[in-house]
Amino acid sequence: MADAFRVGDRVRTSQIDPAHHTRLPDYARGAIGTVIESQGSYPRPDDLARRLPAEPEPVYAVRFRAAELFGDGEHTITVDLWQSYLRRAQEEAG
Amino acid sequence: MSADHSGAQATVAARVRHLEGLLEQRGLIDPAELDRALAAFLAKASPANGARLVARAWLDDGFRARLLADANAALPDLGLSMGGGPQEQRLKVVENTEDYHNVIVCTLCSCYPIALLGPSPTWYKSEAYRSRVVRDPRAVLAEFGYQLDPSVHINVWDASAESRYMVLPRRPAGTDELDETSLAALVTRNGLIGVAPV
Repeated sequence: MADAFRVGDRVRTSQIDPAHHTRLPDYARGAIGTVIESQGSYPRPDDLARRLPAEPEPVYAVRFRAAELFGDGEHTITVDLWQSYLRRAQEEAG
Repeated sequence: MSADHSGAQATVAARVRHLEGLLEQRGLIDPAELDRALAAFLAKASPANGARLVARAWLDDGFRARLLADANAALPDLGLSMGGGPQEQRLKVVENTEDYHNVIVCTLCSCYPIALLGPSPTWYKSEAYRSRVVRDPRAVLAEFGYQLDPSVHINVWDASAESRYMVLPRRPAGTDELDETSLAALVTRNGLIGVAPV
């Protein structure tokens, strides 16, 4: 699977809380962050856990402001996320 | 279901024990061989490895740059690797500076570079650390006795996918005379996680 995002892209994480295993932490759902690094491609644990075919999928380090995730806080949190957890932020806004 | 881990680790441990028993019963694995493989991995896994990387990085700017750019490629310089498990894991080293501090967590479980930091401390795997450090890292650091200057920005790295993280702490003042071995002796496991200055 090709990289859909580049460093500097603004992305929004999925708001869906799936019934199956996932590696998108609850606290980072539905939030806007910035891609800071492309980390290579790995099979998605959501698929592996359900024994579905799992093609390697790009993983990105995405940085969030604490205030975006929690409503306050001056720090940042960087979360490593599979591409299908993300969509381009401005597409949603438009 | 990313946060549904209360009691899940105990369930997994019970399953693994059961599976191991079945594999042994059927003669598919030799329990001694499993023990040997684990012992061999853990014998080499130590925070002394991470400390050696840090000391070398403090003394050699070229090595430091390579360690930060592509840690896996720099590790062999010191005879180290992230290949102790079933497959080589990607390592990312993040550098503390005067105004930027890094802390490592895995909020979903307890991912951690065992080869370089040794077996993870119990608190690292605790629900309390994992949930609180992303929410209020400065308060958590203070509980470790580390009062970080309010002007220093904190970034928390949640190792939620396939990369593993190690912090490159700042070199303490007054260590200009120390050689690589003495510098490595200053570095602690907590410093490599980011909950201590060094």
